[in-house]
Amino acid sequence: MTGLRRTARRALFASLAVALVLVGGCVGGTPQAASDPAADNARKIWDLFMPIFWMSVVVFVIVQGIIIVAIIRFRRRPGDPVPHAMHGNTKLEIAWTLAPALILAAIAVPTITTIADLARNPGDEALTVRVIGQQWWWAFEYPDSGVVTADELHVPVGRPVHLELESKDIIHSFWVPRLAGKQDVVPGRTNTINFTADAVGEYSGQCAEFCGAQHANMKFRVIVQTEEEFEAWLQQQQQPAVEPQPGSIEAQGKELFMTNCRGCHTIQGTEAEGKVGPDLTHFGSRQTIAGLVVPYSTDNLKQWIHNAPSVKPGQPGRSIQMPAFTALTDDEVNAIAAYLESLK
Amino acid sequence: MTQPAVSLERRQPSLGSTIWSWITTVDHKRIGILYLFTALSFFFVAGAFALVIRAQLAVPENNLVTPDAYNQIFTMHGLMMIFLVAMPLNAAFFNILVPLMIGARDVAFPRLNAFSYWAYLFGSILLLISLPLGEAPNAGWFAYANLTTDTFSPGRNLDFYMMSLQVLGVSSLASALNFFVTIVNMRAPGMSMLRMPLFVWMTFITSVLMLLAFPPLTIGLVELMFDRYYGGTFFEPSAGGDPVLWQHLFWIFGHPEVYILILPAFGVISEILPTFSRKPLFGYPFMVYSGIAIALLSFGVWAHHMFAVGLGPVPNSVFGTTTMLIAIPTGVKIFNWLGTLWGGSIRISTPLLFAVGFVGMFTIGGISGVMHASVPVDYWQTDTYFVVAHFHYVLFGGTIMALLGGIYYWFPKIFGRMLNDRLGQVHFWLTLIFFNVTFFPMHLLGVEGMPRRIFTYAPGMGWDLWNMVETVGAFGLGLSMLLLVVNVVTSLRSGKRAEADPWDGRTLEWSIPSPPPEYNFAEIPEVRARDDWWRRKREIADGSAQPPATQPKTPIVLPLPSYFPLLAALSLTIAAGGMVWQVYPVVGVGLALLLISVVAWALEPNHPTGPAHPAPQPQSGSQPIQQPTSD
Repeated sequence: MTGLRRTARRALFASLAVALVLVGGCVGGTPQAASDPAADNARKIWDLFMPIFWMSVVVFVIVQGIIIVAIIRFRRRPGDPVPHAMHGNTKLEIAWTLAPALILAAIAVPTITTIADLARNPGDEALTVRVIGQQWWWAFEYPDSGVVTADELHVPVGRPVHLELESKDIIHSFWVPRLAGKQDVVPGRTNTINFTADAVGEYSGQCAEFCGAQHANMKFRVIVQTEEEFEAWLQQQQQPAVEPQPGSIEAQGKELFMTNCRGCHTIQGTEAEGKVGPDLTHFGSRQTIAGLVVPYSTDNLKQWIHNAPSVKPGQPGRSIQMPAFTALTDDEVNAIAAYLESLK
Repeated sequence: MTQPAVSLERRQPSLGSTIWSWITTVDHKRIGILYLFTALSFFFVAGAFALVIRAQLAVPENNLVTPDAYNQIFTMHGLMMIFLVAMPLNAAFFNILVPLMIGARDVAFPRLNAFSYWAYLFGSILLLISLPLGEAPNAGWFAYANLTTDTFSPGRNLDFYMMSLQVLGVSSLASALNFFVTIVNMRAPGMSMLRMPLFVWMTFITSVLMLLAFPPLTIGLVELMFDRYYGGTFFEPSAGGDPVLWQHLFWIFGHPEVYILILPAFGVISEILPTFSRKPLFGYPFMVYSGIAIALLSFGVWAHHMFAVGLGPVPNSVFGTTTMLIAIPTGVKIFNWLGTLWGGSIRISTPLLFAVGFVGMFTIGGISGVMHASVPVDYWQTDTYFVVAHFHYVLFGGTIMALLGGIYYWFPKIFGRMLNDRLGQVHFWLTLIFFNVTFFPMHLLGVEGMPRRIFTYAPGMGWDLWNMVETVGAFGLGLSMLLLVVNVVTSLRSGKRAEADPWDGRTLEWSIPSPPPEYNFAEIPEVRARDDWWRRKREIADGSAQPPATQPKTPIVLPLPSYFPLLAALSLTIAAGGMVWQVYPVVGVGLALLLISVVAWALEPNHPTGPAHPAPQPQSGSQPIQQPTSD
């Protein structure tokens, strides 16, 4: 029995050891690992966690150790007398009240300083971006330049970023584990997140507050670029939409877009000014559709245009997401897709 | 209400059938058994939902269930495990044990007790009706506004949630009131508060928590009802409402609720460990005070569920600190349990193993709880699988482990049969192993950034392995629970007959036969010490005391059976059901029936000579008890 018990404990410690390996940074292929921070915000959280983790390991070992020793050492054997009726020990009680209190004080102090640290306003040189969460995608607006994009947030490396989080419908939560702790996106409030990314790259994030049928597919990515690349991107996004060559398939696609899609989508510089769905002015420069429910590909884009609800079914009884356009022929869908992909 | 005096004649609501006797029973032990089997049945249903969740998440991009079906299933898993399984299992133990432990013949309000059970059963049925209709609640057990308003959740899903929770809330409040009064008023002579078994103390504290915690939930649900049915705007930001209000109301209920779920488990453990160590509970007064401290603090920590809401650095710091404070009395409890084991004469058997397993697993849940209390760490951990791991260590590793231990411990007392200890020990080890295989990797998924409540995930996130491991563990855990069913069924049929005191127990329930006679105690015991039965056994062995009476010397009155509690609970549920479909005539009929049954209940004598004459008439003869039932 104790053998079995030991086996179980060993299994526990083995799991813990695996955890340590992961914690140690061997996290290849875990794009959302909080243990692999790439910005000051996420790093402060992880650095606060590590000492708490090690204190926890100590407490864990002490408690489980006492259990195992007690069970082995004080097992009843035939003929054992009734043990001395020990009712308690006040000194021990005081000791094991004070010890956790001290450990907790050691955790509370850095906790409170980190709370204040993360809430500090980054100052003027920060890039401000408005984040608008909605079922089930994200809009990113750059107020200084008027650029609007969806599901892809571009930020420069090494410069503080100040996100202002707003919701268009219900509560969501903005979370890019490798860059920053999560912050809820609450209708009627403006919450903020500050972080400074310290490595160029792509970071995946997703909604972390349950928000209905497609909560799982409210994903996005953050693209951290060098300052030059970022400025170039910003310049390019400020251009009006590319006008297709007359007579081309893209021009045919634009025409179809204006009859079918403009009620919901904006393409700046055209008569499409809908505000329900994402701004598609520079759709062709993006690599995401529909909150990353499927990877980007031309075929998936066509499928999405043709029958969005089949790709991302919404809440029964409710139709706020993109409707199906099953009346469109394959040629028409191809034309619209070609037009959208031309919008670099 | 009912007086523990003498009754000889009984008004029989009906004759004969055993079923009728169960339907009209007001016997706390029978009501406890009803709670026990109902809650265990729901445990397997809600557990099956967990297996569907795990099957869906076993591999990335799985299509086993639709997104909405998944959302209904995880919501029902949580709702059922909390309101239909864990709380009623606790209630089963309150019912069966509290009168036996304090030397009483029943609870203070036996018919209200029956009402609590029936309201629980019918409220549960109202919730479960939503499943075959495909309209089960789908917004999570904490159903955050404003996802829950009629704009965003147009189906009846949330209506079932609101109305069944209201009925279940009434059941819980009635039950809490009953046990509060029972413990204050019905203790045997000499059973001072500080001589009560710790389980009774934990029941007492839990009852106070329930009385204070449920009203905020009731208010929140009423506000939700106004928003959904009558154009209210409590949670509608576009009209000046605030969805965060719901979170405050919910968690002012919801955090004490966590302690409502775990304190009775603390009580169970505090009974099992002394018995199987043959030592008194270490630091009894500290165990009582730490329980009270936890209860008080539990009302000052609710916003730790809301650190990411954006309440601001000051509230987050305050609530983070109060949350850490709760770890102190909790730590005191853990160390006192260890102190009870230390130096004892420990008998390894199933109840002890579950109790020790509880201490080990609950400690892990407690430690991860301290991690979330560190607010910035919670910015990462909240709404991830790290939290899912945490609360399963607390609620499964904690509450369920303890209650399983409690079932193995008190089964002989309740049913007069021993459970098979060898099978029980196998059950324990499989549970412990598969529990950890299922839930420990969830910590790692939390580190790897997997959010909770997602019905699918993409490949390449690094989550595939641990999800598969958890799924395997969950099915193992599910199968291991079948051993309990096998054990209970075979033991009820052919288990070894249990003696009155098979474990060498310490508290009063072991001083009476197994199963206890309907009147519990032939003579109400005079209590002279904590662990009074242990003391008396020593005195009996010395020859300095008489063994307890097994045949009553004086006649005993027992409360009369009644079907009005059932009728009242049914009427209440009909009214609530009418509200789900908003068919107001049905609501009216339900309320009218409720009024009628409550009035009839009030006018119905609980004693043949009427409540004004509770005093016993001296009786001679060999059968002073008249059974209210046919058997």
